[in-house]
Amino acid sequence: MAEGIKDKVAIIGMGCTKFGELWDKSAEDLMVEAFEECIEDAGIEKKDINAAWFGVHFEEQSVGKGATSLALTLKLPFIPVTRTENFCATATEAFRGACYAVASGAYDIALALGVEKLKDTGYGGLPTGPGLMGTKSALIMPKLTAPGAFAMMATRYFAVYGLTPEEGKRMLAKVSVKSHYNGARNPKAHLRREVTEEQVLNAPIIAWPLGLFDCCGVSDGSAAAIVTRADMAKKFRPDPVYVKALQIALSSGEELMYPKWDGAHVETGYRAGILAYNEAGIKNPREEISMAEVHDCFSITEAVTMEDLQFSPRGKVKEDIEAGRFNLDGEQPIQPDGGLKCFGHPIGASGLRMIYEMYKQLQGKAQLPERQIKNPKLGLTHNMGGFPAMNIVSVAIVGL
Amino acid sequence: MVGIKSYGAYIPRYRINHNTIFAAVGFLGTFPPPGENAVANHDEDTLSMAVAAGVDCLHAIEREKVDGLYLATTSQPYELRQNSALVATALDLQPSIRTADFIGSAKSGTTALLSAFDASKSGGSHNILVCASDCRLSKPGSPQEHLYGDGAAALLVGDEDVFATLEGYYSVTYDFPDRWRAAGEKFEHAWEDRFIRDAGYARVIPEAVSGLLKKYNLNIKDFAKIVFPGLYPREHGAIAKRLGADASQLQDTLVNKVGDTGSASPLMMLVAALEEAKPGDKILIASFGNGSDVLFFEVTEKIKSVGNRRGVTKHLNSKKELTSYEKYLAFRNLAPMDLGMRGEIGIRTPMSALFRERRAVLALCGTRCRKCGTPQYPPQRVCVNPECGAVDQMEWYRFSDKRGVVFTYTGDNLAASIDPPAIYGLVDFDGGGRFWFDFTDCDLDSIKVGMPVEMTFRRRYSDEPSGVHGYSWKATPIRD
Repeated sequence: MAEGIKDKVAIIGMGCTKFGELWDKSAEDLMVEAFEECIEDAGIEKKDINAAWFGVHFEEQSVGKGATSLALTLKLPFIPVTRTENFCATATEAFRGACYAVASGAYDIALALGVEKLKDTGYGGLPTGPGLMGTKSALIMPKLTAPGAFAMMATRYFAVYGLTPEEGKRMLAKVSVKSHYNGARNPKAHLRREVTEEQVLNAPIIAWPLGLFDCCGVSDGSAAAIVTRADMAKKFRPDPVYVKALQIALSSGEELMYPKWDGAHVETGYRAGILAYNEAGIKNPREEISMAEVHDCFSITEAVTMEDLQFSPRGKVKEDIEAGRFNLDGEQPIQPDGGLKCFGHPIGASGLRMIYEMYKQLQGKAQLPERQIKNPKLGLTHNMGGFPAMNIVSVAIVGL
Repeated sequence: MVGIKSYGAYIPRYRINHNTIFAAVGFLGTFPPPGENAVANHDEDTLSMAVAAGVDCLHAIEREKVDGLYLATTSQPYELRQNSALVATALDLQPSIRTADFIGSAKSGTTALLSAFDASKSGGSHNILVCASDCRLSKPGSPQEHLYGDGAAALLVGDEDVFATLEGYYSVTYDFPDRWRAAGEKFEHAWEDRFIRDAGYARVIPEAVSGLLKKYNLNIKDFAKIVFPGLYPREHGAIAKRLGADASQLQDTLVNKVGDTGSASPLMMLVAALEEAKPGDKILIASFGNGSDVLFFEVTEKIKSVGNRRGVTKHLNSKKELTSYEKYLAFRNLAPMDLGMRGEIGIRTPMSALFRERRAVLALCGTRCRKCGTPQYPPQRVCVNPECGAVDQMEWYRFSDKRGVVFTYTGDNLAASIDPPAIYGLVDFDGGGRFWFDFTDCDLDSIKVGMPVEMTFRRRYSDEPSGVHGYSWKATPIRD
């Protein structure tokens, strides 16, 4: 087995804008803001950056194709810049590119920046696009939207584990209530209002059985990281955060086209988790991972992800949710920053936003004392792009 | 001896009561008689219904044995791009067949049938599938609105193993200007009703029927069933009386249950007659539209071995009332409805890709791995079975005639739909294979994980800038 990049790469600076429906800000504005915070945090100058990776998903809604918009916006001085796109793991892919670049020795310092400007479409929800299957989408894909695609996983989860819609929806409501609690305490979060279980349960149905509060925010935002070789990291700051694992897994078609997948979990999430735990040398994720930011695009996604990542046994997440295990003051806080649910989900920025939260928590710099998790050792981030039946999942683990 | 080898029919699930029409547009002076019409769902049209009737007709018949497909309609979605070729592709018929569109008159159904017999008799094409289907747009408030209904029939014509032999035929043609629609027009025009009834319907049908009786030296009493459209219910009986027929010989016209289905009308009635026919029965069928074609059949012993068909009767009994006239207008795109900005983002159809993928898209064919036997959709080069992975070991595998069960589903209020929520889900096919599909002809409350479904050919979208109607298959609860 390959030896991986555990402890070979360190994050020395990060930046993240406020997320939200930022009618007065363009993608370029957001890129500048994330980058300025990031480079100031790293204590370096722009000329020190050797190469950059740039993540954006719906480029047709904002900056156009290729990587030139990052170079042009930041006035990067003729350095290599690479565009990444891999659905909701786009920013984590940018981060992966930058990490592999410094781990390989090709460069000393690399930038990863992700951005998404979603709120220029004229309608709620994510932009409609060519979809998952290219030209075949128009010809054979149903009118899937993201809420609908994930609602199908909720339907399936309820059926497989024998939950009535009422029981299932109440379990999911608790997931959202927790994230709203966390988001309300985060100045950079998009949605900053606490909600009650009853509010969640009584909200309008978006895609049965998911209601409005089961769905994450559709937001504008940008986040960035500067990475270097681990052996150089302490030159820049006393508290760099080290990359312990960085893995992705993609659907093989088995879930969508071969009748074996149970539809009540995300196979790639399970697989990417195993890859990452192997790379990081983690034996017991439930005990060893201090905290996580996972891809809670919908409440059901967070619930099954707890099982996919082996934080909860299969079919048992309900017990952990009800016990408050994943609350900010629980044994394994999940979405301390509010998650996609409340921090927001600018697709091309989300992966780096999650790492930003883990980075700040590990450094003890979670802005407000009530947000700070006590002595975290390892933080995990998880993105899932696409739909449960056909997707990509990335898992990153960072620590001190 | 040429004759009919199989039959099928299709009636859409929705019915609109004439009272609903009257309540909405009665102020315009329209005054419908009691009854209801079959109404196509928003994703149905002439071609989707023709395919559905074709599927019913070809049940348990190998598609490879069909040598031709004739489509009769007055409401063809395409003026250029052969509608019958599209239907043939959807039915997964061989490319080596003859296809033709019979259009322009409500008698086109019988004309297509006669032409199919001619072709079969000549030995050129042994088995020809005749699909007659109509889904006509009527101006809101017009008499046509409550007169017309949507439906389709299909008959497989052949020269052996027939259960009803063609015994005779006779045609008359007049440029009778009862109804017309110039190229490019959306709605038809009609001359005064009394003219259509007295100078057309009441004269032409008796003339044609009498012509046939004379030609073959027959008596009207010889027929077990007499089939001709019931545009004017009272006149329908009067014609029979004048011809010397008993009311008991008259086949029900379906006008107050389905409506007049244009080209499909006489053929749907014929299917209904065949459903009850006994060996030895003689059946006479006449159409009406710019003249009339009359055909007569004699039913053989083989009628007893006709397999399970939905035909007219089962479809008649499987229905749901459409209580909203506004929804009816929306389904037919007769009133602009707001689908939001999301709904304004159109699909542009890549036609070259559609042609390349035609068997996958239009015929719902996937592949089956010759090595491990796994069916898979859409067609794959590399087997999806993780234990197999064979490359290029695939054979075609048709899913359109397979049933399946709902693996999971949702009702999506975000997706742009004229009939929200958009219901879709994943289907596990009996015998293997899984994919996601739109669901249709169902209500969200009625869908359950594990419930059986079948596949139905539908118009999935309209690509207006390209002038393309996008068709493919959807899942639907089994309509029994």
